[in-house]
Amino acid sequence: MHRFANPARFLRLAKVILPYSSGIAVVSLGLGLWFALLGSPADYQQGETVRIMYVHVPAAWMGLFCYVAMAVFSAMALIWKHPLADLLAKATAPVGAAFTFLCLVTGSLWGKPMWGTWWVWDARLTSMLILLFLYLGYMALVNAFDDPERGHKAAAILALVGVVNVPIIKWSVDWWNTLHQPASVVKMGGPAIDASMMVPLLLMALGFKAYWVTVLILRGRAEIAAQKIRVIRMAQIHAASRGE
Amino acid sequence: MDSLSGILHMGGYAGFVWPAYGISILVLVAVLAASLLTARHAEADLDVLQRNRRARRGGDSETPE
Repeated sequence: MHRFANPARFLRLAKVILPYSSGIAVVSLGLGLWFALLGSPADYQQGETVRIMYVHVPAAWMGLFCYVAMAVFSAMALIWKHPLADLLAKATAPVGAAFTFLCLVTGSLWGKPMWGTWWVWDARLTSMLILLFLYLGYMALVNAFDDPERGHKAAAILALVGVVNVPIIKWSVDWWNTLHQPASVVKMGGPAIDASMMVPLLLMALGFKAYWVTVLILRGRAEIAAQKIRVIRMAQIHAASRGE
Repeated sequence: MDSLSGILHMGGYAGFVWPAYGISILVLVAVLAASLLTARHAEADLDVLQRNRRARRGGDSETPE
């Protein structure tokens, strides 16, 4: 694994992956949007509002996926002092926060016509809101120290503590009474959803994943460059103080 | 749902479906643009610093990059 710890190797790999990840994101989101808005039927109960599902559900998956990725990167950073892991955890946080925010907003826009309310303080919605706060807390903490090392460490610990929320979100619809419906795609006995709706759902999910990879590469590059700049500046200050 | 007005109307739910898609596109494009700009700026700054350092050392090829 430490073979990938080298920033130079990451940058080389990123250069190869970037055209593919951005290409896959554009194509699958384009196709996904077409199927979601035009190429799929309206639901027999929910009418056209079912189209909100094609952003809401993949956004929710990404909110959870990014958090788990952030926690895994944080664990790698704390345990193995993996120098890139901190940067990747930090790069994932805003993407996860964006998807969690979109999940909440689109859920609210779906809830109003179907449940008759924008918001209820039930288990699924509240635990998802906590997920958003965990992301925001992570992002505030990681930048709160003059020494980036300390910020990374504190934020990594927060990310790992917050991971307890992930299974709570996943099973909240089974553990508590809630307005939110239980899982219909990932469940025992196969998905309870028609292929005409599964296609846009999976295309959007694939597009969001590819989007995450693309943004992760861009933010990873920015972090690596910022780190090199810090090293050069430190060396300059050091040289200046020696009177060179 | 064949005609354009039918699509825009969204069975009477246009006020919920379109904002959901609009906000999603807006947020994702904003995050992508911010990430792209940050990466470009940081890499440009680094480039300037590295070039200056090389110039000051008189083209010393031993500079570790």
